[in-house]
Amino acid sequence: MKTKKLKHITAFDVIVTIIAIILIAVVGYPLILVLSNSVSDPEMVATGQVLLFPKGFTLEGYKAVFTDNSIMTGYANTIFYTVCKTLLSLVVMLPAGYALTRTNLPGRKVITVIFMITMYFSGGLIPTFLQVKAYGLYNTRAAIVILGCFSMYNVIICRSFFSSMPHELVEAAEIDGCSPMKAFVRIILPLSKALIGVIVLYVAVGQWNSYMDCLIYIQDTAKMSLQVILRRIMTLAQTAALMDEAGDYAAAMADREALLRYAAMVVSSVPLLVVYPFLQKYFDKGIMIGSVKG
Amino acid sequence: MKNPFKKKAKPGDNDVVVNSRGKLMLRVRRNRDYYLMLLPALIYVALFCYAPMYGLQIAFKNYKMSLGVTGSPWIGFQNFTDFFNSYYFGTLIKNTLVLSLYSLLVGFPIPIILALVLNELGGKFKKFTQTILYAPHFISLVVLVSMLNCMLSPSQGVVNTILEMFGLERNYFMANPDYFPHLYVWSGVWQGMGWGAIIYLAALSGIDPALYEAADMDGATRLQKIIYINLPALMPTIIIMLILRVGQIASVGYEKVFLMQNDFNLETAEVISTYVYKRGLVNSNYSFAAAVDLFNNVINVTLVLIANKISKLVSDTSLF
Repeated sequence: MKTKKLKHITAFDVIVTIIAIILIAVVGYPLILVLSNSVSDPEMVATGQVLLFPKGFTLEGYKAVFTDNSIMTGYANTIFYTVCKTLLSLVVMLPAGYALTRTNLPGRKVITVIFMITMYFSGGLIPTFLQVKAYGLYNTRAAIVILGCFSMYNVIICRSFFSSMPHELVEAAEIDGCSPMKAFVRIILPLSKALIGVIVLYVAVGQWNSYMDCLIYIQDTAKMSLQVILRRIMTLAQTAALMDEAGDYAAAMADREALLRYAAMVVSSVPLLVVYPFLQKYFDKGIMIGSVKG
Repeated sequence: MKNPFKKKAKPGDNDVVVNSRGKLMLRVRRNRDYYLMLLPALIYVALFCYAPMYGLQIAFKNYKMSLGVTGSPWIGFQNFTDFFNSYYFGTLIKNTLVLSLYSLLVGFPIPIILALVLNELGGKFKKFTQTILYAPHFISLVVLVSMLNCMLSPSQGVVNTILEMFGLERNYFMANPDYFPHLYVWSGVWQGMGWGAIIYLAALSGIDPALYEAADMDGATRLQKIIYINLPALMPTIIIMLILRVGQIASVGYEKVFLMQNDFNLETAEVISTYVYKRGLVNSNYSFAAAVDLFNNVINVTLVLIANKISKLVSDTSLF
């Protein structure tokens, strides 16, 4: 019988732990700083006095964020875009990935190549923009939801996941007279929670944080995503700060932006930052599914 | 992170020989449901990937909105020669390459080293460290750049406050073209290193414990185990990630660069993709911008093909 040896703490352990602590500090510090600034007196923030902990605690910034119409509209839009895009992506990519596992499907090779080409070559920004315009999708919410709902990278993850499932599952169902579509929805999908988690993670995070898509395809402020609104606030505050001789209106604007700037950063990031620790098991899973059997 | 590698075709893959049209039709009909499942993706790809590729012909045309894509007159390679001869050409290429090579040089090895370090940590502390290091990945670029602007602000930024404490001068980092590449790359490291380490951690977790036991018997130190067991085990992953990165050398995404640009740092902060965006969508110079983008895209594809070829020769791993 082997007894477990008591673990000795070696110099090696100490060095590795110190490196880890330094990394935690480097990564964590800016995050804590933003949080501290968001609950500090704007006066203290503006004079650079908040170095780690909040100074002159106040929730005025958050009050300003939650009563700001443009931010709230942006928030609602971002939630709408993220939910719709995620659902549409699942509808487009899961079945496609599944169908591509069907080895005796006539045309499978050709379709795979057609999909693969899109990973390496595209029409680029301008022709895509002109097409979207030609379809009448410019300045519509549909443009944001549809564009990018298919990505071959994610389809490959789906394909790898499905092809690792036992074939007998579907064969048995088909013998019982179940159509492939029905088998997919009733049998395969309920067993694919890990895959769905991975795809939702990738698509939803990407959409929540995306900035350029609304900038390119949306004109109306009412349809803008949170990130675009956020950016406007930031740059406004910045330019106002640069112009000392600006009028009263600009000064008032600058004060307001300075007040809600950090709170807005926190409010926009918090949903993902709160959720991701619970999804951590899917990170590894996504990588494993994607690489092991790609 | 998602690896589009094709596996070797299995013998069973293509063994169904279609010898008559009728049999093929029968098989197509039997597979109706599967085609239906592919339909949404095929429609998307046709409308939003291949239609724009057809639209790329405007790069060789003088595109006029009123004449449409097909109706506009051909002008050959004029857009391309205009670009090559333009004042910006050299600067754009240089800036793009500096950013991407610098990112590759710094951003590529760090996640590997990080994974090796994390792998040496145990239990809860490892999990905690990972959780913290993943956080920046979930922050948007808009927020990241705003954080940079705030922390580096000449009047209220922490960095300048600390510089002043040490008797150094305040510096407006964000407006200084000399600092732009460093800020771009290192903020990218800050945001991406934890997430980038995941794939290597996954590879490390797959190492056969028997190897470590054998090493223990031979009296190997932990550092030796890292060098002789962990690093070789990571090699295939490292090579594949490197091919993927090399294929992207000529492309720098526009979003972050665009967000970091201001009136003062354009000298080093204008890259091909942001230039395409501005010339094309801001100035409505569609044909010219499409040509610049196409030029960039062709270089990218060429690089992917070359990197793939080399890795096939050297290591037997390839993307396609």
